[in-house]
Amino acid sequence: MDPLIIHGMEWTTKELFVYPNEFIYWSIQIVMYPYMTGLVAGAFVLSSLYHVFGQKDLKDIARFSLVFSLALLPTALMPLLFHLQQPLRGINVMMTPHFTSAISAFGIVFLTYGAIVLSEIWFVYRQYFVEQTVALQGQPGTGVAAKRRLYHILTLGAYDTSAAAVAQDKKAVKILAGVGIPVACFLHGYAGFIFGSVKANALWMSPLMPVIFIMSAVVSGIALCMLTFIAIMEWKKFRTALAKGSGDGSLHVIGGVEMDVIGKASRYLIGFLVAAISLELLDLIFRGYTAMKSWDILRSVLYHKDFVNIFVLQYGIGNLLPFILLLLPRLTIRRTVVALIFILYGVFMMRWNVVIGGQAFSLSFAGFMHYHLPILPHNMDTYKEGLLGALTVATTPFILFWLINKIVPSLKFSKEEAQ
Amino acid sequence: MKCSRRDLLTTVCKAAVAAALPVAAFRFLSPAEVRAAVADPALRWGFLVDTEKCVGCGFCVKACKLENEIPYEAPVSRTWVERYIVTRDGQTHIDSPMAGQNGFTDPKVRDEVIDPSEITKAFFVPKLCNQCDNPACVQVCPVGATYQTKDGVVLVDRDWCIGCGYCIMACPYGVRFFHPVHKVAEKCNFCYHRISKGLKSACVEACPFGARQIGNLKDPEDPVTRIIMTQRVAVLKDEYGTKPQVFYIGLDRNVR
Repeated sequence: MDPLIIHGMEWTTKELFVYPNEFIYWSIQIVMYPYMTGLVAGAFVLSSLYHVFGQKDLKDIARFSLVFSLALLPTALMPLLFHLQQPLRGINVMMTPHFTSAISAFGIVFLTYGAIVLSEIWFVYRQYFVEQTVALQGQPGTGVAAKRRLYHILTLGAYDTSAAAVAQDKKAVKILAGVGIPVACFLHGYAGFIFGSVKANALWMSPLMPVIFIMSAVVSGIALCMLTFIAIMEWKKFRTALAKGSGDGSLHVIGGVEMDVIGKASRYLIGFLVAAISLELLDLIFRGYTAMKSWDILRSVLYHKDFVNIFVLQYGIGNLLPFILLLLPRLTIRRTVVALIFILYGVFMMRWNVVIGGQAFSLSFAGFMHYHLPILPHNMDTYKEGLLGALTVATTPFILFWLINKIVPSLKFSKEEAQ
Repeated sequence: MKCSRRDLLTTVCKAAVAAALPVAAFRFLSPAEVRAAVADPALRWGFLVDTEKCVGCGFCVKACKLENEIPYEAPVSRTWVERYIVTRDGQTHIDSPMAGQNGFTDPKVRDEVIDPSEITKAFFVPKLCNQCDNPACVQVCPVGATYQTKDGVVLVDRDWCIGCGYCIMACPYGVRFFHPVHKVAEKCNFCYHRISKGLKSACVEACPFGARQIGNLKDPEDPVTRIIMTQRVAVLKDEYGTKPQVFYIGLDRNVR
C-alpha cells in the first residue's frame, strides 16, 4: 500500500491549539501565482505607458516589456496547475465556471488577456513579419525556408505595408494597449480579490487587498523589466566590446541609451512603490486601530512570529532600502541593479507574508502553524509545492522569452541605434 | 455575390458572438446537482449537540471514520471532539489529539501537566460541518463541484473537484480537508447516504450518551426541532454570516 499522504502535513508544524483539519494548504505555488501574475500585469502596464499615454521616454523598453509579458503569461498558469490536487481537471474551470467564485473567472480573464497581448504583438510586428518574408525569399537552406514559412504564416496574409496600413497598425496597438491596461489590472486585481474576499481569514479579508496587489504588481513588473533590460544591454555592451574593442564609440551610445531608459523608468517605479507601501501601511494601521476580535492573534503573528519576514525582509530590505538607493543622487546602473533585486525580493516577501502569513494562525485564534518549505523533494507533492517547483516556475519565463525573442526580436532598436 | 476577406471575417465574428450568447444562457449542471435540485421541500437537515452530555469518548469520530472511509491513522477527520480545560489563572487549554478518535485518556494537554486543583471547569465540544444556510465554501468553488442540496446539506462531487483548496480556505470552521486517498476536498455531510435512506448519521448512532442528534428543522414535531425551538441554543461563529445549522446546548464563551 502507498504510504498515506496527508496534503499539507509534510510542511506544516502546529503550535498550541489548531483544528485537526488545518494545515498550510496554500503553499509556495500560491505565493508564486500572484507574484508571476503581478509580473505579467506590471510588464504590460509598463509597455502601455508608452503606447497609450505616449510616454516617449519609455519607447525603448516598451517593446521589450510587451514581449516579455507574453513570455511571463503562461507562467501565471503554471503555479495553479502545480498546486491543484487534480491538475488534469483544471479545464473544468472553463467548462462549468461557477461565477460566485473569484477563481472561476480566471480562465476567461486569462484568455482575454492572452488574446490582447498576442494581437498587440502581432500589430507591432506585422511590418517586420512582412519584411522578413520578403527578405528571406529565394535564400538557400531548409532552415531559412522553414523560417520564411513561419513568418509567412505569422503575417496571416496581410502584406500591405503602405504608410496608411502601418498607421492603422499603430492605431490598433494603441487601442489594444488601452484596453489591455484595465484587463491587466483586472487580472491582477482579482488575484487580490481571491484573497481579500476570504471572510474566514482574518489577515486576508480587506477591501484594500486588490488595490494593494495591483500596485505591488506594477512595482514588481517594472522592476523585472528594468532588470532584464539592463542584463541584455550589458550583454550587448560586452559583445560589442569583444567585437570592436573596448574603446569603441558605440559602447558609449549603448551605455547612454541604457542609463537614460533606466533613469526614467525608475521614476515610475518609485511612484508605484510609494502607492503600494502607503496602502499596505494603511491596512496595517487600520487593523491595529479597530482591533477586532482577530487582532490579538494577528498582532502576535505580525509583530512576533513573522516580525523578521514582514518588517525586516519585506518593508526594510524590500522597500525602504531600494527606495533610498533609487532616490540618492547620481544613480548608476550598478546601484539600480541592487535596488531592483531588493524590490523584486520585497514584492515576493509581500506575497509570502500574505499567503503563508495568512495561514500562520489557526481559525481557532488559539494556535499557530509554521511552514517549512520542502527543499529536496522525495515525492511529487514535495517537488510541486517545494523549492524546485517554485524555481521551475521562476525560470520558465526566461526560457520562453529566449525562444519568443528569436521570432519577434524585441531588442532590435538598440542595435540600430548603436550602428 | 462578392465577399471580401474583410466581409467574411466580420460575418464570422458576428455569427460567433450571436451563437455564443444563447449558449451562455445555459448553465451546465452536473448529474449530482440535478438530483439534489429535486429533493423534498419539506425537509431541512439540522443537528443538535448537547455538550453537557459529551464525555469525550471519541466513539463518534471512530464511527465516522469507518463509515466514511477516512484512513484511521490520518489526523484529518470529518468530525472531531475538542477538550477545553479552564484553569484558575483564566487560561484555556484546548486540544483534540488525532481528532479525539481515541478518547481523552491522558490528563496532559500537549505534554503540559495541569494541576487538577487549578481547574475551574472542563468540558468537551464535538465539531462537525455546520451545513450552513449561506455556505462560504459553495460560494467560492470555482467549478461548482461543491453544492448545497435542497434539504440543506453541502456535498462535494469527487469526480469534478479540481483540488484547488479554496473551499478549505473559505470555511471559518476548518471542517474541510483533502481526502488522503481521493485527493479532493472532503467534509462531513451528515452521512447523506444514510440519512437519505431513513438511517441516522454514523456519529449519532455511535454516541452512547445522546450528545449528538440529527433532525428535520422543517418539522415542528421533530424532537431536535422542538429542543431548538424551546430551549436556549447557540451556534458557532455566527459573526461570519454563514448561518450555521448545527446547534449547541451548553456552549461556553471559550469555545472556538
